[in-house]
Amino acid sequence: MRTVTVVGASLSGLYAARELRAQGFDGRLVVVGDEPHRPYDRPPLSKDFLTGRSGEDQLALSDAEETTELDAEWLLGVRARGLDVRGRTVLLGDGRTVSTDGVIIATGASARRLPGCELAGVHTLRTLDDARALRAELAAGTRRVVVIGGGFIGAETASSCAGLGHDVTVVEAAPLPLVPQLGPEMAAVCAGLHRRGGVDLVTGTGVAGLRGTVAVTGVELADGRLLPADIVIVGIGATPNTDWLAGSTLALHDGVLCDDGCVTALPQVVAVGDVARVGGTRAEHWTSATEQPRVAVRNLLAGHTAETVRPLPYFWSDQYGARIQFAGRRLDTDTVRIAEGGVSDDAPDEGGFLALYERDGRTTAVLSVDRPRPFMRARRELGRGVTVEAAAS
Amino acid sequence: MIPVCRLDDLPAGESVRIDTTPPIAVFNADGELYAIDDTCTHQDASLSEGWLEGCLVECPLHAASFDLRTGRPTCLPARRAVRTHRVTVDDGTVHVHVASEVLAAVASEEEGTAA
Repeated sequence: MRTVTVVGASLSGLYAARELRAQGFDGRLVVVGDEPHRPYDRPPLSKDFLTGRSGEDQLALSDAEETTELDAEWLLGVRARGLDVRGRTVLLGDGRTVSTDGVIIATGASARRLPGCELAGVHTLRTLDDARALRAELAAGTRRVVVIGGGFIGAETASSCAGLGHDVTVVEAAPLPLVPQLGPEMAAVCAGLHRRGGVDLVTGTGVAGLRGTVAVTGVELADGRLLPADIVIVGIGATPNTDWLAGSTLALHDGVLCDDGCVTALPQVVAVGDVARVGGTRAEHWTSATEQPRVAVRNLLAGHTAETVRPLPYFWSDQYGARIQFAGRRLDTDTVRIAEGGVSDDAPDEGGFLALYERDGRTTAVLSVDRPRPFMRARRELGRGVTVEAAAS
Repeated sequence: MIPVCRLDDLPAGESVRIDTTPPIAVFNADGELYAIDDTCTHQDASLSEGWLEGCLVECPLHAASFDLRTGRPTCLPARRAVRTHRVTVDDGTVHVHVASEVLAAVASEEEGTAA
């Protein structure tokens, strides 16, 4: 393989470039990124970056020294718009083409939008440019903020806005936020964090539309209520960036379909990160995006699936001064038990708690609020496939 | 020099965080005592709550690992070292000698030049 092109210059794209070099690929390495920025870390965008506690310098995932070592051609600020049927040519938005022997698809996902998103004051939060724009507006005095969507991005953004002194309401269409991730009991506990943080949580009603002519003035709910708003943040999930692959031979279905080793139907094309549906699962987790590239690159260089990857799902969220961490694969039928700490008044106790999800006497997943040490132990044990004993003691 | 705790209260495999600015973590790694800055250089997480294995501590948030002897990261996502501090035990009490900011700055510059 003489040329490998990584399409996507965010977390998983950078990790893929690193792995290529680490695994001995010494050919031409091209990295294509639609954003003009060098690879940066997205998790702080809804947290310390938004509140001003950290700046852009701290977001950088790499530095000049590493950039030199990687010896890649960075084509930034240009979108890939196609991959030929053989997977040997990447077409770029500016008309250029890149001839390549291998392709690593790492195009990520885009924030889902609502009609009315073009009104001034309406934001999504996915990219550095999104975060810069929102941060600037939040710095201009106290605002009425409505966050649509009570998932992790919504909750973290609401927490940051409340911390900055804004008047914040979160709207969630489901009866409770985070039920698919945490199950109903623990979702109720995490919902309690909003209340504790002084944020109104409106659940069980969708959004009928955004009000306003030039700038947004309010959010109309499906039940007829109108929430006045100066700033609206839409946090209703993300869709994988696969449109550019429409003319390729790759199978697309909510992501690029890959086998357990991140390999697509073409052996010289692999996919990693938010855009990849690996072995039937698409994880939008930071940790998956950092763990898949090692295996994907190994298989790309081998020319076939030599290794598979099935990391234990792990995600975390910082909101209202609490650190939530979750690892494992839970089912709705699992039971959940508080193994350490406690819950009162439907919110975590001071000092947090550790909860274990169980099925047939086995631990399937673990959730912690502000209990990083026992969580880490339990997560390791889950990862090794052994019974979580120590955490329960 | 900051008193931390009694040596008896810091058995092997344990760690303690002291509320200096910035905070410092003190570890008992199989009988050897080490002190480093407590906050991971990647993102806000307390290394005193990390996973201790030999002379390495793994960050509880994103699994960056640091060598307690040098403060250097041994794997991603951390890229910058944490400061290390000298630890002594006097009359059964653990003390940390905080590396001065000036010395630390010089050390990190030297490290930068060497790299």
